[in-house]
Amino acid sequence: MKDMLLELKDVARGFGEGKGRIDVLRDINLAVKEGESIAIVGFTGSGKTTLIKLMGGLLMPDSGQVLFKGRPVDAPGRERGIVFQNYSLLPWLTVLRNVMLAVDEVYPEWSKQERLEYAKRYIAMVNLQHAVDKRPAELSGGMRQRVSLARTLAMNPEMLLMDEPLSALDAITRASLQREILNIMSGSKTTVLLITNDVDEAILMADRVIPLNPGPNATLGPSFKVNIDRSADRTELNSNPEFIRLRNQVIEYLLDKRSEAGTRNTGKFLLPNLSPVLPQSGFGSTRSKAA
Amino acid sequence: MIVPALKQYTPPVLAIVLFLMAWSFGAKQIDTSLGQVPGPAMVLEQARILWQEHVTEREKAKAFYERQPTISYTGKPTYVDQILTSLKTVFMGFVIASLVALPIGIICGLSKTVMRALNPLIQVFKPVSPLAWLPIVTMVVSAVYATNSAWMPKSFLISAITVSLCSLWATLINTALGVASVNTDYINVARVLQLSPLKKTFKVLLPATLPLIFTGLRISLGVGWMVLIASEMLAQNPGLGKFIWDEFQNGSSQSLAKIMVAVFTIGLIGFVLDRIMVELQKRVSYEGYAA
Repeated sequence: MKDMLLELKDVARGFGEGKGRIDVLRDINLAVKEGESIAIVGFTGSGKTTLIKLMGGLLMPDSGQVLFKGRPVDAPGRERGIVFQNYSLLPWLTVLRNVMLAVDEVYPEWSKQERLEYAKRYIAMVNLQHAVDKRPAELSGGMRQRVSLARTLAMNPEMLLMDEPLSALDAITRASLQREILNIMSGSKTTVLLITNDVDEAILMADRVIPLNPGPNATLGPSFKVNIDRSADRTELNSNPEFIRLRNQVIEYLLDKRSEAGTRNTGKFLLPNLSPVLPQSGFGSTRSKAA
Repeated sequence: MIVPALKQYTPPVLAIVLFLMAWSFGAKQIDTSLGQVPGPAMVLEQARILWQEHVTEREKAKAFYERQPTISYTGKPTYVDQILTSLKTVFMGFVIASLVALPIGIICGLSKTVMRALNPLIQVFKPVSPLAWLPIVTMVVSAVYATNSAWMPKSFLISAITVSLCSLWATLINTALGVASVNTDYINVARVLQLSPLKKTFKVLLPATLPLIFTGLRISLGVGWMVLIASEMLAQNPGLGKFIWDEFQNGSSQSLAKIMVAVFTIGLIGFVLDRIMVELQKRVSYEGYAA
């Protein structure tokens, strides 16, 4: 399939070795078309972050292939912008400098003035023009995530990967940021892949919702097509029959899968016995053999 | 208003008064071959005399230059001159130590292999006393540094290098540890932006490590200042160490009081140097602002 922007083919990834090994993801197959927006929903700990790191090129699959425009992904790249769950702003830089870090890198041929104006435009886009000279510590969680979003969008990526970008925010901030992101995205044709643990958010933000089955050995579930007018008010959305139907379908699917996984794993789901690695103690953690 | 101030200042003032009383009382009980151990009043008197000598010497120099503007005045160094020499020496040693320790520390932090290679050497050399280094440094400097120029005499260089050898370890270890343990979020940002290794080091790793580096530099300067006195005594560098040694050899009835003036001077300067480093450290610190 040549017109696919991002493709995952039989991707598997695990961590650790021997008895401590956990196979997080297995048989992941996904094809994302250009301009599409996809939301992947899953329970905490099902391997969502691992999945986005694989797409971003921050992790390599153990087997299978991650293809971007038909070419294997072997490193992170600017064409795939990542918005991290914990914002990942550099705390010693102001909002403007954080965004400029990306702009300087992506548009080195522009003049300083042009780059500054460009960065400020993206900061204005996320409504933070009053905070350009503030440091991340002086901002609320919602504002930090906006900076992170501005930084990523300023890279002008072909695809936007968002790893639970709103999970750490309170419900009201979350709702207003969802709206803001939707507004920004409606103006561009950027392909979006959003990972979330909130089914409502997934349906609201994406054309397609794909559940990630609970891990270990998590696979992707069937994709649910979303046919809802997103310009509708969020309060109206809550009474929209199509929205309710879809939400119930996805939640039911996830709950079914979880109870299946629960029975399958009864009595033999082993937690690895890990202890923290201190900086000076060198390599390797002390993994007990009792498992 | 007054009560918290009282609470804050009463204990230290009380402690100082008690100390002075105990010192004054204890000193009277001991007779040495140089007379009675001096009490606070005698030490204060010697401090005044040392200052007076400095003022008189400066006036003499001034008068001399008015008569002989072309010939340089060669009076003996005053107590203030000796303090300045000590400061210059420790600063030189500190700069050499930093120039050596920072790059090596960064490389150690970046490469586990280099860290593993250098670790045994660092661990073995770190605890060596300045007194052990000094003869070696003296011989090496004498062999290599033939010209005994006026602005950098051999004794100065020997003292400075000895200071470096003892003080560089704290900076080296802190830098290495800091660079090696930079938050993965920041590194991920650098990876997604595809920063070059050089940019990654200067824009992400070093700023992130700066607070730890400054902690190392602060320890280094403290160690350097302590080591300096011993090395000046033995290398005959005309600073506070030599002052103490000369007074000890001199053995007049004021010698012990003068040495005690030096003890307090050393303590106060060490304290001021430490405060300066703390202030610098605060400037570069972003901690407490966790992003």
